[in-house]
Amino acid sequence: MTSVTVDKAGPTRARPKYGSMKRDRAWALRWSYFFLAIFAFFFLIPPIYMFITSLKTSAEISAAKNPWWVFNPTLSNYVELLTSPAYIGFFKNSAIVSVSVVIITMLIAIPAAFALSRMRFWGSATLATGVFLTYLIPETLLFLPLFKMFAVFHEYTGIQLLNRWWVLLVVYPTLTVPFCTWIMIGYFASIPKELDEAAIIDGASWLQTLTRVFVPVALPGIIAATIFAFTVSWAQFLYPIAFTTSIDQLVLPVGIITTLIKGDVFNWGQIMTGALLGAAPPLIIYAFLMDYYIAGLTAGATKG
Amino acid sequence: MADATATVVTPAKRAKPAPRSRLRKFFEKKSTIAFFMALPLILLIFTLVIYPAFYAIYLTTLNKRMTATAWMKNCTYLPDWICTNIPFGNLQFLLTRETFWMVFWQSCLFAISAVIFKALIGFVVSHFVHNVPTKGQRKWRGMLLVPWVIPAAMSTLAWQWLFDPSYSAFNWILAQFDVERVSWTGVAHWARFSVILVNVWIGAPFFMIMYLAALKSVPDQLYEAAEIDGANWWQRIWYVTLPMMRNIIAITALFSTIVTFANFDIVRILTAGGPLDKTHLFATWSFRLGIEGGDIPLGATVSLFMVPILAVAAAFILRDVTRRGNEA
Repeated sequence: MTSVTVDKAGPTRARPKYGSMKRDRAWALRWSYFFLAIFAFFFLIPPIYMFITSLKTSAEISAAKNPWWVFNPTLSNYVELLTSPAYIGFFKNSAIVSVSVVIITMLIAIPAAFALSRMRFWGSATLATGVFLTYLIPETLLFLPLFKMFAVFHEYTGIQLLNRWWVLLVVYPTLTVPFCTWIMIGYFASIPKELDEAAIIDGASWLQTLTRVFVPVALPGIIAATIFAFTVSWAQFLYPIAFTTSIDQLVLPVGIITTLIKGDVFNWGQIMTGALLGAAPPLIIYAFLMDYYIAGLTAGATKG
Repeated sequence: MADATATVVTPAKRAKPAPRSRLRKFFEKKSTIAFFMALPLILLIFTLVIYPAFYAIYLTTLNKRMTATAWMKNCTYLPDWICTNIPFGNLQFLLTRETFWMVFWQSCLFAISAVIFKALIGFVVSHFVHNVPTKGQRKWRGMLLVPWVIPAAMSTLAWQWLFDPSYSAFNWILAQFDVERVSWTGVAHWARFSVILVNVWIGAPFFMIMYLAALKSVPDQLYEAAEIDGANWWQRIWYVTLPMMRNIIAITALFSTIVTFANFDIVRILTAGGPLDKTHLFATWSFRLGIEGGDIPLGATVSLFMVPILAVAAAFILRDVTRRGNEA
């Protein structure tokens, strides 16, 4: 390694040049900005193009003009979608499902994470690893057996789950709970033991220790987990497309794809508007709570 | 500490025969409370993850209507006891079909190339972001993570429109330079390219964020020392950055391999497996066979082919996770 450096240094660098390191850094900075701009452009093309298309009429879309420019901007696509009962229905279903899943997830994950990180019982260490493994099982492996299970469940109990929006309340927690439990275990483990010992000595029950001490202290972790659970249930596509078919039972992603695409007729202005509005809730959450969002994202691997 | 005193007290109390108080004691015991707190999680995992996983294995042994066992047909090339005792009819059907092997290779090609490009782009971009003064990093990071934040189904719709056969906005740009129009989703190799491109677009920001977090944990002194020793930028990356980031690089790539290999949304929306099944992955093909084709056992058999690769990746991740757990 040293021999290489000597070669590189050569005769030109025999005299120490003060400030050359600084100049190198200035150039590195300029190149960084240049390439960052290129990558940011590449990363933002689809959302920008969504927005451009959403402002166009069908006539303009099918005209052979520059597709990257809006010649006659119109909000008619937005007005049409936001007054369409079907689209509002999808939005409502998505909102109800996502919010309920977040609540269910937190009610299951927080006590479980507390029990696994602090209270220890027979098999709790195995369970913690099992939770992590569950997170690695993709939904594409489970949707067919679940489909059949729900059909059999209907035969035996008479409770129909398929083609009802609330079947999603049953299956989405399998996607959110393991990861949320896992990151909550990480957060709870970082809380000093003295804190819960003090609470117990003061006569608090385990439940009180959890709600009065752990939940407030681990609030950043809980927010990160909440954001994760919400975005995952908002974006989930396979389960709703496999389990629900009637228009009034659909959630947003599936609703846009199955109703706005009629046969071979693509009304792209409306599809892009619908997709953009569907992407809005996660984007808004991300815009306001970026640090929590990123904390949740990186916690999965770094806390592990 | 509190639990230590509790365990000391319990055996003394147990000597007295008092069934009601013993029951109460049981419910007041820390491990019992803990178990009940974790019970919803345990039930969820067992009924909706572990049971269906094994149920999928059972399903593969059934015929299409799920009324009888799917035995193998004309299997004179195997020993008798396999043909008559092991219900691998669906497996045999798949392994003798060309489409299956095509899907197999497509899944591998998709996952491997997408993960490599995501990791490369993520690595490069994270370095650029890291170079920028800390004040500006937030802004860039915020912009660059947008593809990951938009639900995949929604952004894939945008890509589908960008790749439209007649109105493709990319083809319009190409036309300005007199380049022949590309059939982005109509021809097999371009369709595969498009699907991988969209996956890279969605996943690269995740790698960028993970690698950026790893870069920030490398102490500046190491770079300063390397710089003073005369290391050029390549040597700094090779001898300082990469060894320090090895763990994160590996675990992120493994995570992504699992997710990418099991991907459904992108192919389903962009090409629906077409043209002529040339872009199907295990997930989308099992959906086509199981839900749309009504052959749940065959679909389940296809999806189970994901297990070996996922298991290998999971084993590596788990090894890393437990090792670091022990260090902590």
